[in-house]
Amino acid sequence: MLKVRNLSTGYDGVPVIFDVSFEVREGEMVSIVGSNGAGKTTILKTISGLLKPFSGEIEFLDKRIDRMPAHEIVKLGIAHVPEGRHVFGKMTVRDNLLLGAYTLESDTDIKKVLEEVYEIFPRLKERENQKAETLSGGEQQMLAIARGLMSRPKLLLVDEMSLGLMPILVDKVLDILKEISRRGMTILLVEQKVQEALEMADRGYVLQTGRIVAEGTGKELLESDLVKKAYMGM
Amino acid sequence: MLLQIILSGILVGFVYSLVAVGLTLIWGVMDIINFAHGDFLMVSMYTVFWLYTLLRLDPLASLPIAALVTFVLSFLTYKLIIKRVINAPGLTALLATFGLSLFIRNFAQYLWTPNYRFITTSLVTDKKLEMGSVIIGIPQLVAALGSIMMTFLVVWFIKNTKTGRAIQAAAQSRDTAKLMGINTEKIYAVTFGISGACVGVAGALLATFFPIYPESGALYSLLAFVIVALGGFGNIAGALYGGVLIGLSEALGGFFLGTQFKYAIVFLIYLLVLQFRPKGLFGW
Repeated sequence: MLKVRNLSTGYDGVPVIFDVSFEVREGEMVSIVGSNGAGKTTILKTISGLLKPFSGEIEFLDKRIDRMPAHEIVKLGIAHVPEGRHVFGKMTVRDNLLLGAYTLESDTDIKKVLEEVYEIFPRLKERENQKAETLSGGEQQMLAIARGLMSRPKLLLVDEMSLGLMPILVDKVLDILKEISRRGMTILLVEQKVQEALEMADRGYVLQTGRIVAEGTGKELLESDLVKKAYMGM
Repeated sequence: MLLQIILSGILVGFVYSLVAVGLTLIWGVMDIINFAHGDFLMVSMYTVFWLYTLLRLDPLASLPIAALVTFVLSFLTYKLIIKRVINAPGLTALLATFGLSLFIRNFAQYLWTPNYRFITTSLVTDKKLEMGSVIIGIPQLVAALGSIMMTFLVVWFIKNTKTGRAIQAAAQSRDTAKLMGINTEKIYAVTFGISGACVGVAGALLATFFPIYPESGALYSLLAFVIVALGGFGNIAGALYGGVLIGLSEALGGFFLGTQFKYAIVFLIYLLVLQFRPKGLFGW
């Protein structure tokens, strides 16, 4: 579904990602793990069009997207839940969700997907008319994911959703992500919490200082010496 | 007499509010100060004037046309000028709009001479509403009501329409707005257009009782900056209150200290407020 080939990218001419290749197949949950500063967010930003690649190709559903503006990439079916949530704080929960559905044309579609999303996140329905900035961190993360689902994406990019959340809430949002995946969504997850991210993923990639150093199924990676040594302290 | 002063201060204040709403909208969404804002107002006044002179159209009838003209002018200002400098340091855009302001003013002078022009016969000219000792000029009343309507129309549009929500989103975070599938380039241009339409409406309403000349937007531009600073940059409600406040202080200051000092009072208030509330009276 998503194919990234020999991607190099970064900020203002300063490279951060070097010659990275990976793919996400339909229905999969794929995790890219690595420590802070490895370049995970940069990869997602390049896929969603906020950054342009220096070189390499990104293909989504057999279409080159690496030169497309971000708003057109959303239309093709990629939703990006950004790091740090970035909900629109001054707007209500409902308006945030409606913005997520910005690319949908018909009102009936929007209504339907809003109901579906409220079914997964009943808490958000309760807080529908509250300003997003008044939500707790965990609720804001839910809102960011829900907002991503509103565009009816084929691929969901989720960036560092455990950031700044209490462990109990991390489990909760991970459960929700599993549920969304079980319903058939293809997910590319980027996480610092290596163990959790690899446990739930079908496949994973390990990113170190802008390069992919290992790949495999979640289980293989968890059992590999590299992951054990670098991230589990074993 | 005092009631009379207060009332006329409030009436003109609402027109100031509308001009300031247009200015604060652009700041709120793009962090850009548009120095040519008042000159769009002048263009609107001339539009109304020429439609009146050449086609005998009443200013109220040509108001939508004037608003459309300034919408397009402002929209194109974004597309042709601002778009190229929006990612440059803040001063670049400021200087670009300053240059545009000088250009429009001088071009107007070249085309239409610096002479004052007046619209002497219109639906509202010389009509008055008398209530006891208080006399309200109909042109001023219509200008105030029209400005209130336009201000609320803009607020309603931003709060309740899809494009309005996209404007709010782009104002809060440009990148996140893009991730929603919002074409921020388009939204910025539309925001500029709406801002232009605000002064377009204000200009058409003012044209019935203000002289029309190439510099006639300058005062409004200046007052709008004061109002936006008082109301808090980017704060639409703040611009609304700030406009009325400035209209009032101008009228009262003129009454108690003499009209030659009325703007001194306005700017004194401005300086005082900035000393104690640098984010504006209604800023956060």
